[in-house]
Amino acid sequence: MVFDRLSELIADHSLPVAIACSLKRLCLGYLITLAVGFVTGILLGWSNWLRDSIGTLLMGFQSLPSVAWVPLATIWFGLSETAIYFVIVMSSVGAVAMAVSDGIHGVNPLYVHAARTMGVRGFGMVRRVVLPAAFPSIITGLKLGWTFGWHGVVAAEMMQALPGLGFLLYMGRELADMSQVLGIMFVVIAIGFLVERLFFATIERRIRERWGLKTK
Amino acid sequence: MTEAAVQAAAKVSLRGVSKRFETKKGVLEALRPTTLDIAEGEFVVFVGPSGCGKSTLLNLIAGLEQPSEGEVLIDGKRVTGPGYDRLMLFQEHALFPWLNVLHNLEFSLKRKKNLNRRERREVARYYLTLVRLEKFENSYIHELSGGMRQRVALARALAPNPGILLMDEPFGALDALTRDELYIHLQEIWQKTKKTIIFVTHNVREAACLGDRVCVFSNRPGRIKSVFRIKLPRIRMMYDPAVSAEGARVLTELKTEVHESVDPRKSNEKTVNHDRILSLTGHTMGDGI
Repeated sequence: MVFDRLSELIADHSLPVAIACSLKRLCLGYLITLAVGFVTGILLGWSNWLRDSIGTLLMGFQSLPSVAWVPLATIWFGLSETAIYFVIVMSSVGAVAMAVSDGIHGVNPLYVHAARTMGVRGFGMVRRVVLPAAFPSIITGLKLGWTFGWHGVVAAEMMQALPGLGFLLYMGRELADMSQVLGIMFVVIAIGFLVERLFFATIERRIRERWGLKTK
Repeated sequence: MTEAAVQAAAKVSLRGVSKRFETKKGVLEALRPTTLDIAEGEFVVFVGPSGCGKSTLLNLIAGLEQPSEGEVLIDGKRVTGPGYDRLMLFQEHALFPWLNVLHNLEFSLKRKKNLNRRERREVARYYLTLVRLEKFENSYIHELSGGMRQRVALARALAPNPGILLMDEPFGALDALTRDELYIHLQEIWQKTKKTIIFVTHNVREAACLGDRVCVFSNRPGRIKSVFRIKLPRIRMMYDPAVSAEGARVLTELKTEVHESVDPRKSNEKTVNHDRILSLTGHTMGDGI
């Protein structure tokens, strides 16, 4: 039943289009998250004062489920792409920023000392020493951010009349079409799992091998 | 020789250098005013008990910290921060685990603007050969043994061709066999490259084996209490009786110092009742667990 419905959705192109739209939004939204998250994370990692003030705020934000951003996004941006991007970024940026700032905080000061004696300073220190040294812990936050972003896309699309997996889910509910609802849920899980396994797990494994950390 | 000429000849010149740290408990005097001249190409060892300020002095020369009073001069110029002319080797190797061996060496050459990528690689390979690790250029740091890591760290410090090498107990964490090998190796490299080396340790025999001069530090707040000149031929071996004899001289000097500081008449520690402690922890013979 479920797979019959899925093949119908593939046949009439609505599923491929929905997947493409959702993934495109997530990728773009995630890029914004990375930019904002890294800048915020570096600033938080740099200054103890910012960390104590904004860092605590970010922690609080993280306890908010993705779907809770949807009403605010709809009021501010209406039924639009911008609203979806807003939900994606707000859902995922906290995880990335916290991971970057925690990672920077945990960097062995020995590396920084050594680099300083070798004449590295300023932004070069961040780019060539601090971020690479913090990367094993940052990657965990990047993965988490991607997952939260994925939750955000689906949640936001359910409220917006724009093509996407969330919208197909919403239509399934409207038409009381159990097969479609279950089928789309399966697709959402499958994509999330594949990206995690193929992309993030590979990066993580390579880093762990290179650093000689214990491989799980 | 006039005093000006002596000053000009000194590679490193410490002029009344002292260091105080502000802590929550008050001001901690780590190093009392210290004056010392180190000639170019000299191998000087700082030896003393832990917390005597020898590492602090090394950090001051490195420019990682600023002196509270006095000044550090390198080639007659005042030190205001870390510089390419003096690289530091730490007890832990401080190599970057995210780079392979060759890239670690190239990292220290990035600031040499006159080198292009190919020349950087060439220089890095040369120093890797010098420490006899040319076969490991593509290895990551965790794949190397402790001794190999310190050799890579040494090569990385040598690569930008600094005039001065600062070594903070670099072999402290290694096993005795590896250490003996590295003592010989370091002396060979020192003779070949004619670097000025300042080496910090608490091991007197290590000091006697390596140093042209050995500076003995007093307890905190530290200062250089006496200086020994070791006139043994190179390359010296750790197990050489002459080295042991020199080490014993240094040790005698050091011991008087340590004993003064733990003299029970000066300490106001409460006497400990050992029997009571043992009974508290339930230590009874033959009482199996």
